[in-house]
Amino acid sequence: MEELDTEPPVTVVPGADPARTQLCFEWGPAEMLLCETLFGPRGGERRGAPEGSAGPASTGCVVAGGGDGARGPSCVFVVRRDQDIYMETLRKLFNESHGIFVGLQRCEEERAVRARNAQLIQVSKNYRSVIRACMEDMHQAAISARDSALHSQYSIQVSILSAMELIWNLCEILFVEAAPAGPLLLRLLDWVQLHICDVDNMVREVLSSENPSKHKLFWNVVDIFVLQGRMDEARHLLSKEAIANPTSMNMYKILDDLMKKMPVPSVGNTQTLTEMELKWQHWHEECQRYLQDGTFASSSHMESICKILLGDENAILEKKELMTTWYHFLVTRLLYSHPTVKPMELRFYAQSSMDMFLGEESSPEPLDTILMAAFEFELHQVIKECSVALSNWWFVAHLTDLLDHCKLLQSHNLYFGSNMREFLLLEYASGLFSHHSLWQLGVDYFDHCPEYGRVYLELHIERIPLNTEQKALKVLRICEQRQMHEQVRSICKIMAMKALRNNRLGSALSWSIRAKDAAFATLISDRFLKDYCERGRFSDLDLIDNLGPSMLLSDRLTFLGKYREFHRLYGEKRFSEAARLLLMLMTAHIAPCSFWMTLLTDALPLLEQKEVRMLHRGMHADLTAHPLHKRLQTFQSHLEVFSNCNDSKTI
Amino acid sequence: MRAGTPDWPCLPARTAALAAAPSAVPRRSPSPRSQSGGAWQRREPCGAMEEVCARFVSQKISKARWRPLPVAALQPPDVFATGSWDNEDNRISIWSVGDVGSAGLNGEYQGEPQLLCDIRHNGDVMDMQFLDQERIVVASSTGSVTVFRHHQNSQTLSASHRWENAHCHADQYTACGGAACTGVICNNPEIVTVGEDGRINLFRADQKDAVRTIDNADSSTLHAVTFLRTTEVLTVNSIGQLKVWDFRQQRNEPAQIFSLTGERVPLHCVDRHPNQQHIVATGGQDGMLSIWDIRQGTMPVSLLNAHEAEMWEVHFHPSNPDHLFTCSEDGSLWHWDTSTDVSEKPSFLHQGGRSTAYFSHSTINQSVVSAWLSNDPTKDRMEITNLIPNQTLSVNTLDVLGPCLVYGTDAEAIYVNRQLFA
Repeated sequence: MEELDTEPPVTVVPGADPARTQLCFEWGPAEMLLCETLFGPRGGERRGAPEGSAGPASTGCVVAGGGDGARGPSCVFVVRRDQDIYMETLRKLFNESHGIFVGLQRCEEERAVRARNAQLIQVSKNYRSVIRACMEDMHQAAISARDSALHSQYSIQVSILSAMELIWNLCEILFVEAAPAGPLLLRLLDWVQLHICDVDNMVREVLSSENPSKHKLFWNVVDIFVLQGRMDEARHLLSKEAIANPTSMNMYKILDDLMKKMPVPSVGNTQTLTEMELKWQHWHEECQRYLQDGTFASSSHMESICKILLGDENAILEKKELMTTWYHFLVTRLLYSHPTVKPMELRFYAQSSMDMFLGEESSPEPLDTILMAAFEFELHQVIKECSVALSNWWFVAHLTDLLDHCKLLQSHNLYFGSNMREFLLLEYASGLFSHHSLWQLGVDYFDHCPEYGRVYLELHIERIPLNTEQKALKVLRICEQRQMHEQVRSICKIMAMKALRNNRLGSALSWSIRAKDAAFATLISDRFLKDYCERGRFSDLDLIDNLGPSMLLSDRLTFLGKYREFHRLYGEKRFSEAARLLLMLMTAHIAPCSFWMTLLTDALPLLEQKEVRMLHRGMHADLTAHPLHKRLQTFQSHLEVFSNCNDSKTI
Repeated sequence: MRAGTPDWPCLPARTAALAAAPSAVPRRSPSPRSQSGGAWQRREPCGAMEEVCARFVSQKISKARWRPLPVAALQPPDVFATGSWDNEDNRISIWSVGDVGSAGLNGEYQGEPQLLCDIRHNGDVMDMQFLDQERIVVASSTGSVTVFRHHQNSQTLSASHRWENAHCHADQYTACGGAACTGVICNNPEIVTVGEDGRINLFRADQKDAVRTIDNADSSTLHAVTFLRTTEVLTVNSIGQLKVWDFRQQRNEPAQIFSLTGERVPLHCVDRHPNQQHIVATGGQDGMLSIWDIRQGTMPVSLLNAHEAEMWEVHFHPSNPDHLFTCSEDGSLWHWDTSTDVSEKPSFLHQGGRSTAYFSHSTINQSVVSAWLSNDPTKDRMEITNLIPNQTLSVNTLDVLGPCLVYGTDAEAIYVNRQLFA
């Protein structure tokens, strides 16, 4: 066993009092039953719900108290591991991403590398757009929530979702797209612009004021634009200020020119990296020159912008408040000092940027560690940290699956289970199966776990409560599509049993026919025959008359069907056919012994019919030759009556 | 954990997205063509350009029904109701699809269905029908049948009447255990329900007790019911039978029994041609579409291999009955169109997919025979379109009215297409 990465957090079960009694528990598929015992506490030992260390759902489990939370040792608690599954709004995320997941598994492998890569990027974007959509809904829910507890719960979810999207986006740039030097920086700039958006409010406020250049936040906004590399917007703002200050027009012109000329890596292949670096060097020297000339000495704001353009770390760090996060600082720093940074160099800049930005006073939070691991290209570390920090399996399962499709995870095998992708998918899908309604989604995830998926599905699917036939049909369809014969049989048997208990013999028979369960069909046929013996007429004629080929499922069922046919023929006064059929039933070894009496009684009236009499001799011979003849001795008296009748007629 | 986006409302436009994998064309004959441009069915904002609007609703949808239009209405329908199943608490919801042109409040996506009101429902919603403009009859898995009233002024829903245990198992131990009510059909004021207990109930909207009950009408489960004429109903059951019941007869026996021979494939849905009442379509467990002529024979006129799993609903277009719509557990929704010009395309119609196909050449005057009944393979022209390219989970329900289609899925989404014939 590996040692634990983090101390498993303690889960407090409301209503349970570990100080008073010891608790005992029983594992379930995704839940745990917990109850208080009669034993008193042991030596002040701290006891919490033993959450798995890898379980991300350790933060606050939903607890449903048994017996309305009544006190006393009779309380049973249900502790759920995956609490997020039960959030209404997140169900949209689960459902929509399920479609994307299935689409990703379906798409063919043999495509050209380039097309394949574009497709994977598209899939990644789809996942992100789903996260975003869900975030919007959650945000709306938070706004409209009247309850403050509910509001904060939603707000927490919004921030978690937004962190997920942030991490996913970075992973998309670094791992899925694997942007090379040059475009890498552009992607990172987009990433920062997309996610550091609290500044946009400030921008809006300044721009909407009557005289933007006089607004107290004017220079903040310009700085933000520069820090995010949004040169055109910064220049647009500056031009307004320039018009307001004709005296320093020249200074503005020069700065504007510098900003305009700043070389940026191109997305296409129009220039090589060397070309780019050369241009950038020239531009850098030009900036340097103006700064040393003291061109901007009269305006501290413009001087600091020029310093930022030069990549002066201290000047950038001064704007810490405007950047809010160390990864913004990292990207700005790269933009102005190492625009052609290579993916593998990122880790050094990232580490030093974080150290410089956070300084001594604050330690990195989980999100920081996750992003850092991504910058260091430590894929497994990213997934591990996410598993620990996030409260659901959704994120890691889908991200890992996507990265696995990018062929980035193949070498990694766990010391338990199969590989990491499968392990995470299994966990996620098991969580879905514990939900009363989301279980259908879980099926497809299990399908794409080659090693253990099938076994998991078999175990889970049998435990789905079947309250209506329609639900049973859906479950049955899932099993039949996957040739899970054992489960098909078990579901049909459950349904047949239910129908039998409700005296719905017809339904019961249909279910056992569907399962091809001969033994059960025999049992039900016997019930039909018993009912007939008791009541003298058949129930459920519509079914028995239309058995068709399914009649052959069991001997008893065949007998039932044929015996009913005999009745029909008799009713239609087709006596000779009826007699022939009856004879066949008697000689074909399929009648239950207890029914012989009835058969023989049925034969009596037939023997009186004229057209049947000719059959009599053969019938008698057949019966005596019958292996059951010995047992028939018990019906001796009846046979006597039988022959007496005959004799009196034939004489 | 610190959020990447501490302050909120500054979402950039949604990443253009979705629909990655090409659709799998259903294997069996007849094969539908995939709709051109139909790949954008997912949660894109709805505009004039988008054909289909989607909305994820966090509950598995079992039924969706358009509110009927007033007699003289010219507008397309704009309100529909949905029911959910397999949830801890199931709901009846009323949705509106506003005009494409009108601006939504709070910048909501225009055309995306907006929730007007909803109400809890006890048990899974098994079936649902509008009785009139305001009242909805809902069949529950608990065996009760409830009439809900939609108050359009206050936008609220309330239960106005309930028949508890309309369907139940007469058990020797318990007095009456609820049996799921699987189908309901309305012909104001009459309501007919069928259930897993094989019982048929005839209710009147304003009467407390059932007008007529046929116990053990069927020994197997009745899956669906529809009106044939005012006093006659059609039922389908789980042993592949189609039965005609006449309420004028006092006997508790069906007036007629039709059945699939061979394998007794359960039938799940039934609909009657709106103008030619003798034409009936049913859908089966194997996804097969059967067309029946109830004037003759006891077997279907034609059997069409269609979906790969249970066909949950079949609907003739109410005013354009050359069009038929079917949806299935396999996640597909097919549009069957017999109105296309005869000459050009090869036939998709697969006659006699089973040994039981019934050929009725000759005798009938071809000119009056509906396209659904004509079964000369060389003359049949049927164009079939799968309206859902990226199918995953079951499409449980659909409804068509005018140019509008609504459908609901187990993937907890409702979809509205308002330019069906565009």
